[in-house]
Order: sequence, then C-alpha cells, then structure tokens
Amino acid sequence: MTQREQEFLEYVQSGGQVETDDWMPDEYRARLRKFIEMHGNSELMGVLPEREWILRAPTLQRKLALTAKVQDEVGHAQLIYRVVEDLGKSREECLDDLISGVSKFHNVFHYPTKTWGDVGVIAWLVDAAAIISQKALLKCSYAPYARIMKKICWEESFHILHGRDVILTLMLGTDDQRELVQEALNRWWGPLMQFHGNPIQADEDPMVIWRIKSQGNDEARQQFLDGYVPQIWELGLTVPDPELRKDEESGRWLYTEPDWDELKHVVTGHGPRTADRLDLRRQARENSAWVRQVLLAA
Amino acid sequence: MSERAQLLLEIADDELILGWRDSEWTGIAPFLEEDVAFSSIAQNEIGHARALYELAARELGTTADELAFDRKPEEYRCSALVELRLPEWERTIARHVLYEQADAERLGRLKASDDAELAGLAAKIDREEVYHRLHAEMWAERLQDEPRYQAALEELQPLVDRRNGGSPELTALWEEMTSVRRSQPAGTTW
Amino acid sequence: MIYEVFRQERKGQAFQHAGSIEAPDERFAEWYAREQYGRRGESTALWVVRRDAILPIEEFVDELNRNYHRVDGYPLKEKLKEARERAGTAAPRDR
Repeated sequence: MTQREQEFLEYVQSGGQVETDDWMPDEYRARLRKFIEMHGNSELMGVLPEREWILRAPTLQRKLALTAKVQDEVGHAQLIYRVVEDLGKSREECLDDLISGVSKFHNVFHYPTKTWGDVGVIAWLVDAAAIISQKALLKCSYAPYARIMKKICWEESFHILHGRDVILTLMLGTDDQRELVQEALNRWWGPLMQFHGNPIQADEDPMVIWRIKSQGNDEARQQFLDGYVPQIWELGLTVPDPELRKDEESGRWLYTEPDWDELKHVVTGHGPRTADRLDLRRQARENSAWVRQVLLAA
Repeated sequence: MSERAQLLLEIADDELILGWRDSEWTGIAPFLEEDVAFSSIAQNEIGHARALYELAARELGTTADELAFDRKPEEYRCSALVELRLPEWERTIARHVLYEQADAERLGRLKASDDAELAGLAAKIDREEVYHRLHAEMWAERLQDEPRYQAALEELQPLVDRRNGGSPELTALWEEMTSVRRSQPAGTTW
Repeated sequence: MIYEVFRQERKGQAFQHAGSIEAPDERFAEWYAREQYGRRGESTALWVVRRDAILPIEEFVDELNRNYHRVDGYPLKEKLKEARERAGTAAPRDR
C-alpha cells in the first residue's frame, strides 16, 4: 500500500467521510462501486418476485400498500444507480452487466414466490434482514451512499410494518391462512439464513476494513435472529431448524450451518428463478428502448 | 340500485380497472424515474376507486372491498378502454391521454352536481387528476410524432364510451385479481 | 439531463441537498422530483436545479491566517485573569 493509500485507510477508519470528487485508492473505489452496484441490482430484481402479487392483492388496502412498497424499491434502485453513475459507471452499463450475468444480486431474489404467504414473509423477514444491513451502511465512509441510505431506511420502515400486519392478519385467520405463513416460512428460512453472507471475520473483511460496511456478516445475522426469532415463535410458528436456540451464556444464537455452497451457486446466477427474471428484465428493457431514445433525442 | 349508485360504480370501476392495469408497469416501466411516477398514478386511481366504492357501499349496505372484488365480471360497469391489457408503452400512454380527457369532462359535471357529497369527492379527486393530466400532456407532446403512438390513439379512441361489461379481457383480469381472495370463504380477512 | 433536488423538510428549515434525478426537461424533472422526494409528504418544498447550473466552490484561501475576524482570534483568558488581579476581584482559584 502506498503512503497516500495508508493515510486514506487511517482517515476512513477514524470516521473520515469521502465525497465523489475526492481522491480514493483504486481498491477502495473498485470495491465500493461493485458493492453499491450489487445493492442497486438487488433492489431492481427484488421488485420482480413481488410484482406478481400486486395483481392478486386481496383487498384494496393491501393492493395500495404492496404497490407502494414495490414502488419504493424501484425508487431505491434509482437512488443507488445514481450514486454508481457518479462513481463512473452509467445506468445502462449496470443494466448490461446485470442482464448478462456479469454482476450479481442478493440470493433472496433468485427464489420463487408461490403464495400470498410469501408476500407476508418477504415484507416481514426479508425486509428485516435487509434493513439490518442497511442501517449498518448509514455509517459508510462514502458519504453520498450513506446519505441515500438515510432515505432508504426511512422508507423501509413501513415495509416491515406492512409485512407484519399481513402476517398477523393471516395468523388470526383460517387454518389455511395460518398454513400459508408456516409453509412460506419453511421455504424462506434457508435463504434468510444465507442472506447476510458467509461468516468471514469482520476484521478480515475488506468491506469492513475500508469502512464501507460497519458490521460483519455474522454480527448482522445474530442481530436478525435476536430481533426476529422471538417474533416468529410468539405467533406459534416454527422455524425449520431443530438446532436453532440462543445460548444463554454467550448470548449468541446457535443454528445449523447454512449451506454456503447453495448461496454461491445461487448468486452466481443459478437460482431457481434467476434465468427467467433476468430474461424479463432484458425483454422489458428491449421493448422500451425506443422510449428512452425518443426522450433523449430532443 | 339507484342511479347515483350506478354512476358511482361506473366511475369506481373505471378507476379500479385502470389503476390495476397501470400498476402492471410497476418495476418494468421504460426507466426508473418514470416507473416511480407512473406507480403513483396507479395508486391514486385505486385510491379514487376506494373512495367512490365507499360512498356507494354506504348506500348499498356493503363494503368497498366487496364491491371491488366480489361482484362477477359481467357486473362491472367499466369502459372497454380500461379493460385491455396494454403491455406496450405507446398504447398505455394513448389510453392515459384519452382517459384523462374523458375523465376531466366527467369530473367537471360531477363537481357541478347538486349532490354535495358527490361534488365534494369529485373536487378532491380532480385536485389529484390535475397532475395526471399534466403527466399525460407531457408524454403526448413527446410522442406526438411517433407513428405507433398515433396508431394507438386511433385504435383506442372508439373504446372510450363503450361499456359492455364482462369482456374476455376483464374476465381474465378479474380471475387473477380475485384468485387469492377467492381461495378462502367470503368474509375472510386478509 | 441530471437535475439536483434540494428539499425543505419543514417550514423554516434550510433546504438540503436530497439527491438527483435524470429527466429530459423541466416538466419531467418537476414530476419526477415531486415523486422521488415528496410522495410521502416528507418535504414541504423542493428546489430542482439543472446540475450544470450549479457552481461548485471547494477552494478557500487563507494563507495568512486571518483570525482577526473569527472567534479563535480572541483568546482572552490570560488578559482577563490579569485584569481581575489588578482590580482585586480575582476568583479564588486564580491566586
């Protein structure tokens, strides 16, 4: 590492903030942009599993809430890609790489949504897992990203409440409705446990070293379990992991080790719905290319 | 059913089905800023439908949700214009333009109505529709020289005042729209 | 074209930079800014400006340390202590 890079590292590690036009080490810029781009991709792809259910929402209120939630996610993608653009990669280039499979998006968005139960579980638990990561990003050393995270976290707050409301209503409903929730939870538990990433030590994680992330993967996962397993159990739902329990002495949650091979397999583009969702994106983009041309021509 | 309730249902059904169709663009609109904008238009339309159903529901002794979801396709009174699935942006904008024009006239008449409740709601809705009209105009100007947009206007114009009820398009939409709701007995809370 | 958006959360507060949007012209920029930064009633007002209309200033020259017009140019502790001693009104811990 050069002297200048070392000084930069010490600067960010002591809480220094970086703006768009500041000098940055190449490694920092590259890791930062890739990380933020993946976040943008995830918001954009996260829309697709939920879109189908907008059309099938069973009440007017749920219809409005779900549409607003998905709208927020599109809005977040807009905020995030603008940050990436200011770091030197255009939106079109990002979409090219997303569609061709060169860049990645979070595991959870590669899985199918099968029932209304999924809608509830996603809004309640997947969004909860995401918000834990997002809150940690509020302290990102790169200031433009930290600033949009404020707006994103603020908007996410209703998503979780909406999710919990959907779930509580189902749990107070018919046997079939309760079964919808349990069945969805059984399918989503694996991806949820993988969501925060493999257990790399925080002090060995380059993302933490450069203060792009301020929280290690395991720490995030523990926070998720601490906050949400009690919420799951108090409704009489079961988690499909017989090993899951909190060790009272250490205060840490113990669980069956997630399948890290599955995570790798999925995020490298082999999830159950990866191909057809990327295809949908590609088609939507192709079909509307003429619109973007017309708008930018004048 | 009173004439008033019939009128309310006609407008509510228009807004509901149009809003449902417009919401189909959420996540796949031509670009992100427009995606967010158009989704708000769709949500407003559903919101208008809800307010109108609530007025009708009081008179008919039911609820807005029951009016929105639990009637049969042939009982809806929406215009043929809103029933179509239009996955092409030029046709969606053409519909948006045509609908806003027709709706502006309709709302104008309602705002002048003797029925204070109806006139009041029409005024509220119109204050939001001002923005929809602006949006439609903005796009119309941009697309006016596009042959596919002109073709779409021609194609859709005759459908504005056609109200058949229960077209195959509407029936297909209704089945999807109510699939979750119908999976449990009537009166189940969601 | 990129437009920068500044928002005022509540009346009386300063306008703060909120983000940026891409739009083909002012009419679209207005629609999109209102949506991205105001659909939730989170702002009472927005200013939308073309990015190229903004003049950034990042260099401030003060080679000769002009502290005569700043608070840090007036360290008065020592003088005050001396003046109190002269007047016999020094605080106990000064003696």
